[in-house]
Amino acid sequence: MSVILKAENISKQYRLGNVGTGTLGDDLKRWWYSIRGKEDPFLKVGGVNDRSAKATEDYIWALRDINFEVKQGEVLGIIGKNGAGKSTLLKLLSRVTSPTTGSIKTKGRIASLLEIGTGFHPELTGRENIFMNGAVLGMTRAEIKAKLDEIIAFSGCEMYIDTPVKRYSSGMTVRLGFAVAAHLEPEILVIDEVLAVGDAEFQKKAIGKMNSLSKGEGRTVLFVSHNMASVKSLCDRGIVLENGLSVYEGGVEKAINFYLSNEKRIIPKDLSTVENRSGTGLAKFKSFEIIHTNGQTIENVLSGDTVIFVFTLDIINPNKNLNVDLGFSIHSPDDELISVLYSSYQNEMMQVEEDGRCIIKCKIADLPYNEGEYIVKGRIECDKVESDWPKVPLGKFNVVKGDFYKTGNLGFNGKSKLLIKGEWDLIN
Amino acid sequence: MKQPENDWLYEISPKRKVIDLNFKEIWDYRDLLILFVKRDIVTVYKQTILGPLWFFIQPLFTSVIFTLVFNNIANIPTGNVPPFLFNLAGITAWNYFNQSLTQTSSTFRSYAGIFGKVYFPRVIMPLKTVISGLFKFGIQLSILVIFYFYFLFQGYELQPNTNLFLFPIYVLMMALLGLGAGMTISSFTTKYRDLTVLVGFATSLLMYISAVPYPLSEVSGKIPELAWLVKYNPLAQIIEGFRYMLLDTGVFSWSGFFYTLAFSISLFLIGLVVFNRTEKNFIDTV
Repeated sequence: MSVILKAENISKQYRLGNVGTGTLGDDLKRWWYSIRGKEDPFLKVGGVNDRSAKATEDYIWALRDINFEVKQGEVLGIIGKNGAGKSTLLKLLSRVTSPTTGSIKTKGRIASLLEIGTGFHPELTGRENIFMNGAVLGMTRAEIKAKLDEIIAFSGCEMYIDTPVKRYSSGMTVRLGFAVAAHLEPEILVIDEVLAVGDAEFQKKAIGKMNSLSKGEGRTVLFVSHNMASVKSLCDRGIVLENGLSVYEGGVEKAINFYLSNEKRIIPKDLSTVENRSGTGLAKFKSFEIIHTNGQTIENVLSGDTVIFVFTLDIINPNKNLNVDLGFSIHSPDDELISVLYSSYQNEMMQVEEDGRCIIKCKIADLPYNEGEYIVKGRIECDKVESDWPKVPLGKFNVVKGDFYKTGNLGFNGKSKLLIKGEWDLIN
Repeated sequence: MKQPENDWLYEISPKRKVIDLNFKEIWDYRDLLILFVKRDIVTVYKQTILGPLWFFIQPLFTSVIFTLVFNNIANIPTGNVPPFLFNLAGITAWNYFNQSLTQTSSTFRSYAGIFGKVYFPRVIMPLKTVISGLFKFGIQLSILVIFYFYFLFQGYELQPNTNLFLFPIYVLMMALLGLGAGMTISSFTTKYRDLTVLVGFATSLLMYISAVPYPLSEVSGKIPELAWLVKYNPLAQIIEGFRYMLLDTGVFSWSGFFYTLAFSISLFLIGLVVFNRTEKNFIDTV
């Protein structure tokens, strides 16, 4: 397969703060350097794009020396947390702005779905807006005309197609916009989380369309998302961006693992210093972490994945035989109790025979939580007597939508906390 | 796998050539241009009662005021031509230029939203402004024609000139001047907005040195030391030439005509180059 898009050393610099007299000074300096044939002095400065730190310089590199190639028919996922430079990269790719250094070469038309419904005019009817929007996205009138019926049918707005768009509900506007965008036929398609629109039924349709575009029609797609599950199901390869730098490039599975483990370098909290706790103190929580089956400490888990909760305990053991019953509970951020599990529920008693430190692991397969943040609390009983109950959380974790049903289908109800699955039968 | 470099369809890079115009690309987007023009025309009078009639009102009232002030009070002679018609002709031409200039001069800022989301040749936007302006110009021209016949039936001896065949060129010159100046201003205002403040009152002042409410000959007669200001003003040449061909009044010279044509084309090209240099990165600063 041939290379259809090639990015070489692309960087983008932005100026922080307001454009004012300061920028005029910099512009004059830049101009003075350029007429003497020297390099732009401000390209040498600029901080790393770390949003958590306080800015120390006036210029910042939103992207720094990004290199990648995309082959014909490939679906490339671009992942990274907020502020990693994903959107900047997309802006460069869609030619909204140009890079400060480096170049992007392409062999095909690039169309981007950064925002849908661009160019919609509220006074025009749906039909007129389809033409308008299509033309803005680079289609010719003839191309739109050929697909008009298909677009209208896809949008599900047949009834209102000759009504001005300002009378549409916001959902209808979005659907119409997506319908136009989905019927574009560029060689390279750039998609930025447009899937997060519309109702469940429409999302399903949209994801199906995305799938058929990339898998069925062999379109080259660059896909940017926070949603690891859809990245996993759509993409072949992934690039992980962090603070404007490309930190990983490779197969999509590995890229996602890299991203999940790398997003925060996790230091387990030292729980032994917590004062606010009750119990005899024979066995006390020392630390808590969640690890992936590959042994890496993680804070982000995919729903449906298998994870291991690791509790490290400090033991003061006077009678050399302690029956430890470890329990933990999982809460939503607003402290709603979701699950409780004690080892005794499963008739598992941990027999601890020595002083010092011990580690108790609990493997949870097919994690049934929907995306969101979860808090873990814990309590220990030794021989039916409360040994330790810290009143603060042991830790927390973040669930990212994953393939819980093992079908590639993510489910669409974002509101329910707990995922269930069943076996289905039809009896006639 | 080796591939020749020139295989690439296009390259996105920070390099700036002086003239980096891709006419083929603009041609590819012609449908978009047409749609924008249509959209402009259709949406202007949605939900108005008088609709396109509003286009009549402004030039008519301005002409009445000009006639009262300049001809009845200041006694500026207009030859055989009724003063009202004289003013109306000048204002019609001036309006087209003025509209082209003021609307294109805010291109980057008013369309920042759409420019920030998708790529298409940016120059489409000023072009569509000038083209849809033609529509308004056409309507205003039609009322000029109506009054033309009205005064003809009133017994005035009115006659267009053989220069009338230059009409399309005059329109083109107005468009080019408006575009050129507008695109330049628009490019300079993406980062520093100072010029926008200027545009509003500069255009209204410009009107007075562009021979709109008086004939060119009046200036050289009454204030000869400032006559150059009007004489070398391409707009004054256009307005005067416009009235000359329609009403056969005033002076016309081929040297003035070609001077204006050359000026318009140069200004347009300058505007295009400046606009092109700006369009790549303006979204970062606008």
